[in-house]
Amino acid sequence: MSLTTATINRLTVNEKMIKILKDVFSKVTNTLILPIIGIAIFVALWSITAKSIHTSLGEFPGPNVVVKQFSVLYDEHIAERQKAVAFYVRQDIRNAKKLEKNPDYVVKIRAYTGKETFVDQIFTSLITVTSGFLVAAFIAIPLGIWMGLSAKLNSALNPIVQIFKPVSPLAWLPLVTMIVSALYVSDDPLVSKSFITSLITVSLCSLWPMVINTSIGVSSINSDLLNVSKVLRLPTLTHIRKIVLPASIPMIFTGMRLSFSVAWMVLIAAEMLAQNPGLGKFVWDEFQNGSSDSLARIMAAVLVIGFIGFLLDRIMLMLQQKVSWDKSSASV
Amino acid sequence: MTITTTTNPEEHFLKISHIDMAFPTPSGSFTALKDVDIQIKKGEFISLIGHSGCGKSTVLNIVAGIYQATNGGVLLKNKEVNEPGPERAVVFQNHSLLPWLTSYQNVELAVDQVFSKTMSKAEKKEWIEHNLKLVHMDHAMHKRPDEISGGMKQRVGIARALAMQPEVLLMDEPFGALDALTRAHMQDSLMEIQKELNNTVIMITHDVDEAVLLSDRIVMMTNGPEATIGEILDVNLPHPRNRLALAEDPEYNRLRSAVLKFLYEKQRKVEVIPTTKTNKEDEQKATSVA
Repeated sequence: MSLTTATINRLTVNEKMIKILKDVFSKVTNTLILPIIGIAIFVALWSITAKSIHTSLGEFPGPNVVVKQFSVLYDEHIAERQKAVAFYVRQDIRNAKKLEKNPDYVVKIRAYTGKETFVDQIFTSLITVTSGFLVAAFIAIPLGIWMGLSAKLNSALNPIVQIFKPVSPLAWLPLVTMIVSALYVSDDPLVSKSFITSLITVSLCSLWPMVINTSIGVSSINSDLLNVSKVLRLPTLTHIRKIVLPASIPMIFTGMRLSFSVAWMVLIAAEMLAQNPGLGKFVWDEFQNGSSDSLARIMAAVLVIGFIGFLLDRIMLMLQQKVSWDKSSASV
Repeated sequence: MTITTTTNPEEHFLKISHIDMAFPTPSGSFTALKDVDIQIKKGEFISLIGHSGCGKSTVLNIVAGIYQATNGGVLLKNKEVNEPGPERAVVFQNHSLLPWLTSYQNVELAVDQVFSKTMSKAEKKEWIEHNLKLVHMDHAMHKRPDEISGGMKQRVGIARALAMQPEVLLMDEPFGALDALTRAHMQDSLMEIQKELNNTVIMITHDVDEAVLLSDRIVMMTNGPEATIGEILDVNLPHPRNRLALAEDPEYNRLRSAVLKFLYEKQRKVEVIPTTKTNKEDEQKATSVA
């Protein structure tokens, strides 16, 4: 009797162990092994097909060439930085000498005007996309809340939103460029015109998903919660702060994530045409350059653009998980 | 509608005066309520009972001020009700707690709003804790609704309503979503609270035992459309009431069977008048959402 129960127990313990091992194994497979296999197959197909594509700039770059370009791009960045440091050192020495000769000499410090490296261009793009997105969010979220609260305003603005939503950034850009050059006139501009043009284009295109999602989120708040607010006679601002905002945070964030990915896509196109010194300009310049490395450098930029887009979405997701009370709504 | 000046305000504390309620539907106007008229004394506990779809919730929502009656009106202390307000606190059927706030914060939202000028910070805190203690929820004050059970959520909902110190407490099937044991427990708690506070209460229920156990009067409603008051039953059982002792009580059983008779004999749910049957059915479907 006792023997049999002991065997049964041992069996179940063994089975439990096997089950745990299976679980761990399937988790590792799903999160690590399968993606690695997918990437490996992609890289293999890429290097095979690349060899058979011949362009006027030579063979299409395979993975190994692109990887090499990454280190070239990084070396260029380091070299440029060293040049800048050397420039400032020379300038300091020159100024010191001039001061020695003539104590009344007013020291002039000139900024280094070397070309932007790939790394600099990544940062420019990030700054532009974030500014454009923030401008859009500052307009879209309050507008979306207002539209969600007022059915009348929603009916009035919905057609406009629906019409502007599918407009490509390339269509906006000429208009924005002309308006910016007409209105943004200054002898000593704080930021360049190309930056403003890219920023506004990004804002115009990333506005709509946020407006739509926020207004849907606000207008679909459970009517019981709204009744609670009515019974308490909450003033409008308290109503928005205590009921509307927390209830619609998941939808607002869905809109923000959609908008951010739209913004990032739009930015590359906008920078190409507006010549804002970012990744879009990098791709365009390389295309115009037409050296034998150009395609590899563009391909490197493509991978970086994709990876940054992915990271930005992850950051938004983390923000959402931090802010939202409903953790389950913040899923991939 | 005439407003008569009353000599005894206790007698006509809350007057639901000849209200009609019509909802617009795609197939024309649908009259849900017709000439509903109840006078409620201060401190009285009223149950509204009737089959589903008979417009009980509509009556409650009109008293709450969430709906406006098409004809007639509601007077609370001789003042007409035309918007929702904390003096007519509502306990909603599905608790309606804000899911992102803890129990304490849910009650706090109400207290901050109602007593913003009359209470100090410390007084508010004490008052919130007092109300949560009253419904035996002081042990889980800082838990959020998704961390507590259905019965506990409903308790917090009641605490929130009580914390507004309402003139009338409106309860829309407060225990309808709970299992039988939890419900009995909640009814006992409610009787205990009622003994202490002696609130004026209108409660909607489906449950015959609940109605007899808790009420001073049971208002039985006829089936819609054009639902109205069928009968009003006075419950003169002495307080405090004990469900076990009452099970054997002949008066309790008489009242209970009176309600059952009304619901299942006089107002058995059958479709009315064959000629207009389809039309009426459509209308009923259209408003069952409301």
